[in-house]
Parts: sequence; C-alpha cells; structure tokens
Amino acid sequence: MVLGLAAIVAGAVACGGPAGSEGGKVRLSLVSYSTPQAAYEAIIKEYRKTPEGENVTFTKSFGSSGEQSRAVASGLKADIVALSLEPDMTRLVDAGLVAPGWNAGPDRGMVTDSVVVLATREGNPKNLKTWDDLIRPGVEVITPNPFTSGGARWNVLAGYGAKANKGTDVKSGTAYLHALFKNVPVQDSSARKSLQTFAGGKGDVLLAYENEAIFAKQSGQPLDYTVPDSTILIENPVAVTKNSAHAAEARAFVTFLRGRKAQEIFVENGYRPVADGVPGAERFPRPAGLFTIADLGGWEKVAREFFDPKGGIMADVEKGAGVSVEG
Amino acid sequence: MNEATVKEKPVAAGAGRSLLSGRGGTALGVGMATVFLSAVVLIPLAAVVWKGASQGPGGFWDAITAPDAWAALKLTVGASLVVALVNLVMGTLIAWVLVRDSFPGKGVLDLLIDLPFALPTIVAGLVLLTLYGTDSPVGVTLVYTRAAVVVALLFVTLPFVVRTVQPVLLELDREMEQAAASLGAGPSTIFRRIILPNLIPAMLTGTALAFARAVAEFGSVVLISGNVPFKTQVAAVHVFGRIESDDTAAAAAISTALLVLSLLILLAIDLLGRWGARRG
Amino acid sequence: MVKHALRLVVLAYLLFLLILPVGLIAWRTFKDGPGPFLDALSTPSALHAFQVTFVVAGWAVVLNTAFGVPAALLLARHRFPGRRLLNALIDVPLAVSPVVVGLALILVYGAFSPAGGWLESHGVQIIFSTPGMVLATVFVCLPLVVRAIVPVLEEMGDEQEQAARTLGAGGWQTFRRITLPAIRSALGYGIVLSLARALGEYGAVAVVSGRVVDETQTLTLFVEERFENFDVQASYAAALSLAALAVVSLLATRLLRPEDGK
Repeated sequence: MVLGLAAIVAGAVACGGPAGSEGGKVRLSLVSYSTPQAAYEAIIKEYRKTPEGENVTFTKSFGSSGEQSRAVASGLKADIVALSLEPDMTRLVDAGLVAPGWNAGPDRGMVTDSVVVLATREGNPKNLKTWDDLIRPGVEVITPNPFTSGGARWNVLAGYGAKANKGTDVKSGTAYLHALFKNVPVQDSSARKSLQTFAGGKGDVLLAYENEAIFAKQSGQPLDYTVPDSTILIENPVAVTKNSAHAAEARAFVTFLRGRKAQEIFVENGYRPVADGVPGAERFPRPAGLFTIADLGGWEKVAREFFDPKGGIMADVEKGAGVSVEG
Repeated sequence: MNEATVKEKPVAAGAGRSLLSGRGGTALGVGMATVFLSAVVLIPLAAVVWKGASQGPGGFWDAITAPDAWAALKLTVGASLVVALVNLVMGTLIAWVLVRDSFPGKGVLDLLIDLPFALPTIVAGLVLLTLYGTDSPVGVTLVYTRAAVVVALLFVTLPFVVRTVQPVLLELDREMEQAAASLGAGPSTIFRRIILPNLIPAMLTGTALAFARAVAEFGSVVLISGNVPFKTQVAAVHVFGRIESDDTAAAAAISTALLVLSLLILLAIDLLGRWGARRG
Repeated sequence: MVKHALRLVVLAYLLFLLILPVGLIAWRTFKDGPGPFLDALSTPSALHAFQVTFVVAGWAVVLNTAFGVPAALLLARHRFPGRRLLNALIDVPLAVSPVVVGLALILVYGAFSPAGGWLESHGVQIIFSTPGMVLATVFVCLPLVVRAIVPVLEEMGDEQEQAARTLGAGGWQTFRRITLPAIRSALGYGIVLSLARALGEYGAVAVVSGRVVDETQTLTLFVEERFENFDVQASYAAALSLAALAVVSLLATRLLRPEDGK
C-alpha cells in the first residue's frame, strides 16, 4: 500500500510537468470561465501568427467562473485568468494572486462586454419582450440559481435594476424579483445547464447573456432573443497573475486580447467589444436604459445586499418562491 | 485510532486465521488500513469538519437550521431512505433472477448492471431528462419534481445491492435447500428460513452503500430535479451554492451534519444486520 | 409461477430504469452511423482524455484493491477494538458530496496548505495533477471492494481456512489456495464496480483536476465540456465508450474464471 502510494507520487512527478519554458519557447497557462472557449481557441491561433506570439504555447482550462477562481486561489497554476464577473477576480486579489491594481487601466480590467437578454422560442410565440411580460401568470422563466451560479447574478441584477429605476427604487425592484422567481420552475446550477434545459424544451423564456443566446443560435438551436429596453451591461474581467513566471509574455497576450484582431473574434462569438470601432459591433443594439453594476453601487455592496445566503434579498426571494411552490 | 488501540491483542483467540494471521498480523493490518484510510479520507474530512466548526457551535447550528439548508437536508435524507428501501427489495430480486433464473438475454442484462456507475452522471441525468421529461416518449413525466430526484438516485445506486447479493447467492450451498425441500418445506419456507438469513448481511451492506451514495449525489440530480430551493434542491446542490457564495464554513457545517447523520444511519443498518443474523 | 412473476418484475424495473436510458444514448450516438462516433473519439483531445482516464482509474482500482482485500479480511476474520468504527467509516466516503470531496482534499493537500506546501517544496504536486485525481477517485470508490468481499467471507465462514492451517499451511498459502478462490467472484464484482465508478466519476475529479485541456482532462470532463458546447455527438460517444469499458472489464473478469460461467 505504502509502496503503491510512493509509486503514484513518483509517477505523478514524471507526468505532471508544470507549465514552463523549454528551448526559448514560453508556455502560458490560461484559466478561463467556460463560455468564451471557442473565442479563446480562435484568438490563440491568431496570436501564434504574430511576432510576439510565435514562440508562445498555451495550456487552457475552462470551467464555471467561480470554480476556476477557487481553483486558482487554491494553487492551480495560471498566468492569465479570464472570469465572468468581478467578484471572482476580487477573490484572487484577496488571496494575493492578482495585483490590486488589475482594474486600473482605461478598460478597468475588462476584456469583453455583453448584456442580459430574454431568449424565447423561435418566433417568440408568447410575445415576451419586456421585464413585465415575464411575471405574467403562466409564463415559465428559466434562470440558473444565483447562489450556485455566479453568472446568474447578472440576470437577477438586470431585472432588479430595470424595475428599480437603476437601483433608486429598492422596493419596486425587490417586489419584482419576488414576482419573477414565482415563475421560475427550474433553477439549474450553471448558465450553460440552463441553456440546455431551455433547449430541451422547458420554459417559455430564458434569461441569458447575449453572447450565449448568439452562441446557441450559431449552434443551430431554434430560439430568438430580445434585448429589453432596460438591462445591465455585463463586464468580463481578465488579469495577469502576480506569480506568473512569464509575466511579460502574459501581459503581451492580454494586450493582444484588447486589440483589434482579438476583439473582432470576440464579436464573431457574440461578445460586445471593449474597444471602439470594431467591425461587426454595430449589430449590437444599445438599449436606452442600459445600466452598469456601478449604477447599483458596485459588486461589494450588491453581493452583501442581494447574495448573502443569510439575510440577503435573494435568500428571501427564494424562500418566498419555494414556499409558495410547495404550498 | 491511536497507537495504543492498534497494539491491543485480538479479542477472540483463534480468530486470526487468514492472510493477516496472528496478533502481529492483525496489528499490522489495522495499522496499515488506518494509515491509508486517514491519508485518503479521514484527515481531509476532519479538515472539512474543522472548517465547519470554525464558527463555533452557534454558527454550526445556524448553518444547518437555516430554512433552506434544513429543507434540503430533509429532502435528501427522505429521498435517500426511499431509494435505499426500493434498492433493498429490487436489488435482491434482480440478483436472485440473475443467479437462479435463466432466460435468453440474461447474460446481457447482467453485463449492463454496472453501467449506471460508468456513465458520467451528467449523461445519466440528461437521458433520464429525455425519457421522463415534458414530452416523454414513454408517457411518464416526472422531471422537476421530488419523484424525479428519487428516479435519478435509483438509477445511480442500482448496482450496489445487486452486486453485493449476487456473489453470496453464487456461493450459497444449494444442498441445504434441497435437503429442506426433501423434508417437505415449501419454497417460501425455504426462502425465509434458509436463504434469507444468509443473504441479509449482503442485502444490508448493499442498502447501506446505496443510501450513502444517494445522500451525496449531485451530477444526475442537478439536471433532473429543477433545484428549486425548499422544493427540489438536494443537500449536495445546496452545499455547492454555499461554496459558490464563499460561505465555506456553512458548506462544511451542512456537510458535517449530513456525514454524522449518514454515519448514524449506517451504524443503525449495521446493528439491524447483526440483530437479523442473531435471529436467523 | 412465482419465478415468472419475479422475472417480469425485474425485467420491467430494469427496462425503465436502465435499458431505456442506456438504449437511448446508444441510439443517439449511432443514429448517423458509426462514422461520427469514431470521428468524435479520435480527436487528439478525446484520445488524451482516454489516456488520463486510464491512468487515473487504473491507479485508483489498484490502490483500492490493495486496501480493500486486507481491510475486508480484517473486518470479517479479526476482532479488534474499533472494528465497528472502522466498519462504519469505510462507507462514509460515499456519503460525501463530490464537491466536498474536492474541497476536503484541497484543504489538506492544496499548494497553500501545510502538507501540500511541504510536498510542493519537494517538487511533488498533488492537487491539480494526477495524484490528486487518483486520491479523489480512491476516495469515492473506497468501500466498493471491501463491501463486495465481506459478505462472502462471512457467509463462507472460516472452517476451511482453519482446516488448512491445521494441516500446516502458511498465511499466504491459505489465502491463495482457500480464501482467494472462494472470494474470486465477489472480488471480481468489487473490482469492476470500482473501475466503473472510477471511470464515471465527475464531481470530485473536476474540482481537483484544474480541467486543463489535454493535460488533466478525463473522459468525464471531456463529456461535460463537449456537452456544454452543444457537441452532443462527441459527448454521447465518449459517455458510451465509458459504458463499453465497464462492460468489457466485467466480461474480462468472467473470462478469467470460466468455471463460474454457468
């Protein structure tokens, strides 16, 4: 037994070679949330055609944003981390793995944007176009659970902000969330699972990121989506880790991510660019009532008020919805 | 287990009659088993329990009695008990038919029993979703209800009882049954008096395993249950939510509660087995 | 009469719980012929995932058997203080949700923990590398070999073993000649069950693997990743091959002991 343990340890040393440089080549480790996988694969291909990128290879890891952030915080080697929301990056700052000034630049650390949209069945048979339509009796709304899916928090905040007049009318916003979650029959653990549930035939409308709705359409799923008049701007952060062995190369890649070519690829994959004048960006409508997380007071405040499992607004909403469903 | 316990001599003299023979063998065996179990299971679990206790007994209690956590725990234990009972009966029947009956296709059926283990749970959930979903091809719509939780758990725990009872049935001495039959005992008497007493330990072992697995299942349930808090959210999903909300201490507390509860139920099943054995 | 009724009940139960679901996967995988199936599985990522799965599941089964057989002998043949506790503790790993298994292993063996940090400084990475994945897999299938053997050991009693000892056989000889043949079918089931569980494990391995594509991605992680990218074909193909591996390994254990064949 002990011999066996020793043997696996030895075996692992042999095959678990960490990322590093070999013969002038640099190997960067990219740890990303799952949705931009196709975009990153295309971007890396382009990057390796550039003079800065030709000697760089990548290891890639994709998973839900929260899990990826926790993995890096507990020792997963990463040079570049791309996450779906800021609190997951803040966790790494708190762990001392990302410099506190990661969001100091003109892009505030963001690499892509998106918005929360209402995805419906093809042709929108129930004519669901506004946030108010979602709380009509008999409408089934699909969204992941905001406690198990960090990404689902964007959905909650989009509906809340739209009805709370960008956060000034807390009472109406909270009342709306109570009404909304009474119409949610399924709360999957992640955004992708919700998309699959919806694609499998459950529900009338799915709260999703615009890029996910576009991805589903590109993958041949029969759905349409509406950008509501008022919705939240989703901002996805990217950063170079403090302990990266190849910080210069990693920074060069992040610069490339914000450059024209990479932003074009992000646009092809349904993301809104953070740079101006990227071709294809004109297809993204800019709703009149677009607001940001800053309008709602920033993530720290929002996380405390809404998503604290003990006493947050959403804990209360879930309780109301669950009990009413049960009774 | 400390060193002193390990060095205790075997209680029953003459019991050490196997590969690990004699006192030295027992001590060495217990020591090795303990080291292995500790490295893989006990120390990591102790770390979780430690984390759960880090908020003190009050925090621990608050975490497990939070209404949503409590609802999830109740649902999980209830569904797992139902699943364990169904497995106890159906698993034994399946093992019986696989060993004692014979019909075309039996061999294939036997090969398929382990599949629920080998299938990634997400695929299991997905297929059950298609079969028992809103436009079910077999006309049974279960998804997003508590019944769906039970079905998913029955699927992932199917092999346990079958595969613990089957080898015992294979090893069972048929001569006793024949002797009983020649003495005029009916089939039900033979089953009750001769076969069942021999099977009970294996049946309960399998049931205990099925229960333990059901309590912790995540992957298949998460797709098919709907995960609505207070209604269909099981403990494993709730714990995941707590971890995702950076409330690791609460996650650890709820896991610890579930572990202690499972340990108690496993011990109860063990006691039941010994009681049954003594009567048989 | 009873026999037929039992057969019918069992068949109906298995039809709805097992055959229809698995049949549905098979049908969906092969409805466009075997071509897409083979294409999906021969991509470099899929092949690498196969390799990782074999290494991890292989080690897990070896370690689990090496622990399981002596532990089963201990529980069935020896009386020692703490036996009942050991007996109950062996089942506990099953009752731990996969996410918590991952959390537990990271707490102890993660790079920022004392033990993990010490190992890391000696060049041994446990978490986010193969040993961590093996540990997680051993954790989730720990009871399976023990639990398959113990009932048979109890049912057979130890008269034969004692007789062999009286005749002067050593411990190892008794085990090899008397005990092993008697527990062989149970051991076979136990090993296959562990292997199946090891192949299919997702949650715990996902947490400690780091999900690095082409490095620590197992076949189940590949299934999930493909599924989430609407590549259902590859997802089902990989899932079905996991199922096929379980069937083949069970067949292999059958062929190794033809005398039980029928």
